[in-house]
Amino acid sequence: MTRTSGLPRWIYVPAVIGAVFMILPLVAMTAKVDWPDFWSLITSDSSLTALELSFKTSSASTVLCIVLGVPMALVLARNDSRVIRWTRPLILLPLVLPPVVGGIALLYAFGRLGLLGRYLDAAGIQIAFTTSAVVLAQTFVSLPFLVIALEGAARTAGADYEVVAATLGARPTSVWWRVSLPLLAPGLASGTVLAFARSLGEFGATLTFAGSREGVTRTLPLEIYLQREVDTDAAVALSVLLVAVAAVVVFGLGSRTLKAGGAGGW
Amino acid sequence: MTRFRRLSVALLAVPVLVLAGCGSGGSGSDQEKTLNVFAAASLNKTFTDIGKQFETDNPNWKVKFNFAGSSDLVTQLTQGAKADVFASADTKNMDKAAHGGLLAGDPVNFASNTLLIVTAPGNPRGVASFADLNKPGLTVVVCAPQVPCGSATEKVEKAMHVTLNPVSEESSVTDVLAKVTSGQADAGVVYVTDGIGAGDKVATVEFPEASVAVNTYPIAELKSAADADAAKKFIALVTGEAGQKILSQAGFAKP
Repeated sequence: MTRTSGLPRWIYVPAVIGAVFMILPLVAMTAKVDWPDFWSLITSDSSLTALELSFKTSSASTVLCIVLGVPMALVLARNDSRVIRWTRPLILLPLVLPPVVGGIALLYAFGRLGLLGRYLDAAGIQIAFTTSAVVLAQTFVSLPFLVIALEGAARTAGADYEVVAATLGARPTSVWWRVSLPLLAPGLASGTVLAFARSLGEFGATLTFAGSREGVTRTLPLEIYLQREVDTDAAVALSVLLVAVAAVVVFGLGSRTLKAGGAGGW
Repeated sequence: MTRFRRLSVALLAVPVLVLAGCGSGGSGSDQEKTLNVFAAASLNKTFTDIGKQFETDNPNWKVKFNFAGSSDLVTQLTQGAKADVFASADTKNMDKAAHGGLLAGDPVNFASNTLLIVTAPGNPRGVASFADLNKPGLTVVVCAPQVPCGSATEKVEKAMHVTLNPVSEESSVTDVLAKVTSGQADAGVVYVTDGIGAGDKVATVEFPEASVAVNTYPIAELKSAADADAAKKFIALVTGEAGQKILSQAGFAKP
């Protein structure tokens, strides 16, 4: 272990208070779990259905985030035109938006009477109350996380290698696949983990935009919110399960890449 | 080093002062006293009006409300929140409060509420009865059976031998209403008071079978009450003529 030099000792006091503040609630919740019944609580039909739906929708929205977010991040990092500079804050706005607000906004865009939704509805495409609505809501809140992580990585990596590859005669598309993307792999990994974790925890936008129906739109956070009304033990058990899943995702896939690639992004 | 130490003391003092500032809301000027009322979310408008009436009748009192779902309120009270009066949207949660030893007196029923169908203004899909909610192609939203409005809806379904096929089971009645007012759903089942409260944003359809699931609202004085007399006075206002008038204007029925 390397000793962290140069830090004044007093700085550990607020740092420790902050750490305790973050960790204590999780410990308290874990202590509250009805452990003897934990297994039966988290394996009830409604819990398993919600867990499965959460995994499916979070995976789908993560794929959407990668497909749309990687090009977005690269354009933001490499193109300095005024339009791009003005668009950037708008794209990143959902980062600081309460998800419920995001849900209301989605409603007026893709809802049955929404700006775009009314034409989709006329064309026979209905998004409201379907699993697609959940994926849309999750993508809306997660996409900026991936974009901001990746954009930072792309700026840190710089465009030098891409320029060299181009001068050596590589076409833009092969530069993209063989130079840009491999360089961004760590940033992409951390962005993907962030997007997946954010999708898994998505609640507000889903509740407002997609509704809540078992097996269709009721993801794990919505199931927890509903269980809390009748069965606190089940709600606490499911909460701990969600924390555990998120922890596996973040530690298992992310902690190293979060440090390596994400540092530039934040 | 001393400079650092002074700075660290200042840094530590910040959160302490912030926290202290959060807690000192209650003690006002002179002898103004505060009555804390925990009330079900559906009582938001009526109880705010009743609270104003209470402040007019008792000039040195201020009424502070905490409006939330009844089960949330019971949880908060059980976890040690201090309040003078608790008004629940159903007897089940009041019973929970009683079992938890939170009440100072017996609860009194002061209002009741029944279910109602809401549709888009003008009722374009021609919903005329509860059974009509099963019309093909109609998107219907109801409350989840876990919450009071949903268990009431379930009761009506059982009594009528109808099984609805809702596109969504929301966790609060306001979410059901929002899905209808935003045009996402064609029809929803809410309380009479919600239908009236939404004004011309919805059309309402009453159905006689609603009478099998009447929701009763009880109110009670809490053990943690700082001033038992004031709590009793507030309850008397709610159950008395002035309070009942405000409640009935909002669509609440007698208990």
